[in-house]
Amino acid sequence: MAREERRVKVKIDNVRKVFDTRNGEMIALNGVNLDIMENEFICVVGPSGCGKSTLLNIIAGLSEPSSGKVICDGKEVVGTGTERGVVFQQYALFPWLTVKKNVMFGLKLKGMKDNEAEAIAMKYIKMVQLEDFVNHYPKELSGGMKQRVAIARAYAVNPSILLMDEPFGALDAQTRTQLQTELLDTWEKEQKTCFFITHDVDEAIILAQKVIIMSARPGRIKEIVDINIPYPRTQETKMIPEFLELKNHIWSQVYQEYLEVRK
Amino acid sequence: MNKKKKGSSIPKWAWLLISFATAMCLWYLLSINPKTARSFPNLVETIKAISTMMERGVFWSDISSSLISVAAGFAIGFILSLPTAVLMAWYAPVRNIIEPWIQFIRNIPPLAYVPLVVISAGVGRRPQIIVITIATFLIMTVTIYQGVINVDETLIKAARVLGATDKDIFLKVIAPATLPFIITAVRLGSSTALTTLIAAESTGAIAGLGMRIRSLNNSFETPPMLLYIIIIGIIGMIFEKFVKFLERRFTGWQEKRDV
Ligand SMILES: Nc1ncnc2c1ncn2[C@@H]1O[C@H](COP(=O)(O)OP(=O)(O)OP(=O)(O)O)[C@@H](O)[C@H]1O
Ligand SMILES: [Mg+2]
Repeated sequence: MAREERRVKVKIDNVRKVFDTRNGEMIALNGVNLDIMENEFICVVGPSGCGKSTLLNIIAGLSEPSSGKVICDGKEVVGTGTERGVVFQQYALFPWLTVKKNVMFGLKLKGMKDNEAEAIAMKYIKMVQLEDFVNHYPKELSGGMKQRVAIARAYAVNPSILLMDEPFGALDAQTRTQLQTELLDTWEKEQKTCFFITHDVDEAIILAQKVIIMSARPGRIKEIVDINIPYPRTQETKMIPEFLELKNHIWSQVYQEYLEVRK
Repeated sequence: MNKKKKGSSIPKWAWLLISFATAMCLWYLLSINPKTARSFPNLVETIKAISTMMERGVFWSDISSSLISVAAGFAIGFILSLPTAVLMAWYAPVRNIIEPWIQFIRNIPPLAYVPLVVISAGVGRRPQIIVITIATFLIMTVTIYQGVINVDETLIKAARVLGATDKDIFLKVIAPATLPFIITAVRLGSSTALTTLIAAESTGAIAGLGMRIRSLNNSFETPPMLLYIIIIGIIGMIFEKFVKFLERRFTGWQEKRDV
């Protein structure tokens, strides 16, 4: 879908990340360059340990690059910022807060009044269809529901880019498909940039406009694959030849990297 | 905890009654067995000891004296342990300097260092409080420290990306996440305060449950001794009930409970 005149939302400029470990230096990322366009949906795939989470943490500002920089909306990223929301694989809900209070957490930090924050929280709780669970604690929710709360909480502070690190990785296939559909719906409505890490090639193709394939040791961008399948995409999309072709291609690239890692 | 367990058809109060009756039978048997009778005077004699001790004018003052020492020692220990634990968890130098000594002193029975405390602090209320403070401080610091370092890193990250400052992280993430450990610390601390009582009151105390047990020992008066031992047990159970209440009130959100 051709959106007119796109702007670079996030520019990843020659990012390198080195960890000091007991066995010496470990280069997690080396020379990563990537432009994430505004409102773009990007999925990142690659073998385990290739540095996907490391890259996401650097964009989020939770971790600093050893060299290079990340520029978001023209400003260099230093530390976290509410314009960059994050959804974690482990949900990371505050277990001592109810669903509503979890979603209100970021709003209260902004200094918003209770009733105002509550109104916004309720809007996003409705968006993820959990209005019957507002006063439940996380322990009373299923994995899928927890991740819905985490998504609502991230949306509530109105970030312009959402960074998601295998958000559906811990969910069963059915719940995952359901959440994928919901996420696409929201993405089309809310117009936010999405940077989404996954292990699942099907998931990457269904969601993304661009799939980034990363190579391992050190982590680099190996290939960027444009996904020109029009939205809305459904489960039937997985049957069309274009999808299968892309799937074959991406999968074999990732598999090659996986073999490299095993060497 | 609504899991069906074996025997769940019998209500909780009935189990309490059965447990109580069993203990009473056992006590009765011990009191008629010639070998153990001298240590276990029967129920009637033990209850009579209440009035004996009241007539001597020591019953209430012993209880209140012990409670004051326990409460004061526990309170000071708690107030000191909170910041110590947090500093240990946050600053490696603090941790590296303090932790080995906490582990070292923690395993020394308080009775061993009582004489040293008395030499500096004199006799009376002060050394009692000091001994209980030391013991409760150590156990509570270790427990709360565990809580602070166990705070899930992703919760801190989640708060940060939602705009939390260091202060927000401390007050809105670390504090509530540590609360279950703080309550456990209160539980361990209050029971430590009681088990340290005998040692604490061997500092030339003029009243107190622990001190009285020792002095009754010299005159072989077993009924009041047994009575006082039971009173210490009852106080411990009241503390435990209170901690349970705190737990239900403040940490009901936890995944697992009732350990
Ligand atoms: N804090 C750290 N200290 C040392 N090494 C680290 C640290 N974080 C990550 N690494 C290393 O960096 C590499 C990349 O890790 P990263 O978590 O980014 O991989 P990933 O692609 O997200 O993997 P997965 O798909 O399994 O989540 C790994 O080899 C990992 O061991
Ligand atoms: Mg990862």
